[in-house]
Amino acid sequence: MVGSYKKTTKVIVSILLILGGLFSAFPILWMVCSSLKSNSEIFSWPPKFFDKTANLSSYASVLTDSTKVRFFINSYIVAGCVVLLTLFVGILAAYAFSRFDFPGKGVFNSLIVSVQAIPPIVLLIPYMGLIVAMKLFNTYFALILTYLITTLPYCILMMTGYFNTLSRELDEAVMIDGGSRWKALWSVLVPISIPGMVSVGMYTFMQAWNEYLFALALTQTTDMRTVPIGINLLMGQHAYDWSQMMAMSVLGSIPVLILFIFFQKYFIAGMSSGGVKG
Amino acid sequence: MKLTGKKTAPYRYLAPTILLMIVFMVIPICMVIGYSFVDKAVVSQNPQFVGLENYKTIFADNEYIGAISNTIIFVVVSVVAHLILGMLFAMLLNSKYFKSRTKTIARVIYILPWVFTASVVAILWKLMLQPSGIVNYLLSIFPQISRNTEWLSNSSIALAVICFINIWCGYPFYMISILAGLQGISGDLYESAAIDGSTAVKSFLHITIPQLKPILISIAMLDFIWTLQSFNVIWMLTGGGPVNATETLSIYIYKKAFQKVDYSMAATAATILLVVCIFIAVFYVRQQKKVRE
Repeated sequence: MVGSYKKTTKVIVSILLILGGLFSAFPILWMVCSSLKSNSEIFSWPPKFFDKTANLSSYASVLTDSTKVRFFINSYIVAGCVVLLTLFVGILAAYAFSRFDFPGKGVFNSLIVSVQAIPPIVLLIPYMGLIVAMKLFNTYFALILTYLITTLPYCILMMTGYFNTLSRELDEAVMIDGGSRWKALWSVLVPISIPGMVSVGMYTFMQAWNEYLFALALTQTTDMRTVPIGINLLMGQHAYDWSQMMAMSVLGSIPVLILFIFFQKYFIAGMSSGGVKG
Repeated sequence: MKLTGKKTAPYRYLAPTILLMIVFMVIPICMVIGYSFVDKAVVSQNPQFVGLENYKTIFADNEYIGAISNTIIFVVVSVVAHLILGMLFAMLLNSKYFKSRTKTIARVIYILPWVFTASVVAILWKLMLQPSGIVNYLLSIFPQISRNTEWLSNSSIALAVICFINIWCGYPFYMISILAGLQGISGDLYESAAIDGSTAVKSFLHITIPQLKPILISIAMLDFIWTLQSFNVIWMLTGGGPVNATETLSIYIYKKAFQKVDYSMAATAATILLVVCIFIAVFYVRQQKKVRE
């Protein structure tokens, strides 16, 4: 009796597990399949997952189109710079928070935490004027500087936590040998903190790669657009070339997907600490 | 000399952060609040101070009231559905009926929707929701649903569709946080409850929910703040339409500022949104402190 009850439960739970998998993965699977089909096959009725004619031609046409390749180059440049700058500026701030007690520490700390609650759209209104006045409109700098505001808080909080776990004796040893604090930070603390930096860097890259609103408003010419805007532009321009749009979407998701698969542990740890939205 | 160097040291390390925060956060926020008290902000050379006039005007604007009600529906439906789905999936992933390998694979698949950027989510659902697309095909087993439903351009269902898509791409955050919480609950609690003859449902209500309560409140509040601000997917799928049916507060602000070039009104709506978000954030921080203690 108990055995059969357990068996039924197992069957029900298994069915739920599969249904859940379909719910989350089916749209993604459909995207990948569509990118391999021609436009007319995507809307064939009844639809087919795979067709004998499946091919990579839409990928080839995305990768040989210099305008579209430019979106990727822009995204890599912006996300790469944002990661490096966030880590550099964030590590300095984290060092201050971890190793010093100073007047105003609490105020700065709550200022940094509160950034995460500020709607990007609120900041965007003054950014337009500010960025134009700084002559940064439609440049990489406009995106890099504004992204830093959203990526820094997570970096500072995580790295402060990381530095707090490292003994102060480490920096003191360097300073007794006549080294400066600066040297202690970069030659001792930073090398041991690489695992923490990898996880922060990965998150920062994902935030920068996926950002849409600032990229939409603060850049203007097609040659300055990033991948998310590029994908959206395709929706307007080639309203009917679904196959290419899907290929572009798959290609645009690959960098983040690779990071996700290889650094799953960090990814999940970061997610459950609630610091970052995708 | 050496003493002053020591005193300024922390500020030197913080200097780049402080500079960035002042230029790109403190000043912009002051600017937005300032704009909301003047007439023809940004566009006019010498805008006039109008006091609370903009705030009076905005609450008389039907489009704004509509945006508030759309946002409330969107946020409440999303947060509740995220909680339920996140809980269900986390319990599946924590279930004793599967091998840990199965659970690892399932976890990767279940997180996937969270990984994709908003424009991919938007374009992907736009394809699936085409009148001759896969969704209508799958639903054609139900004869009462028309084969050519226009999901995104029908003003009576567009908001529901947008909610559904937001639910699809947002639940993994809950699932992961709840899963971490479930794994932290001691098995002894369930065992002693089982010995006392407690059923699965009772254990869930009397052990799981109370144990998870702090986590559930935290993530729901974070999600509340995020959903309140959401812009990307809605903007790309419907642009707030048809006929403002999916216009949320962020969309309203964006349209006012960058399409109608009415920065004063945009700033007024933005200031109100900011105050609401900060209000919830203060509660969130208090909740976090309580959890830590």
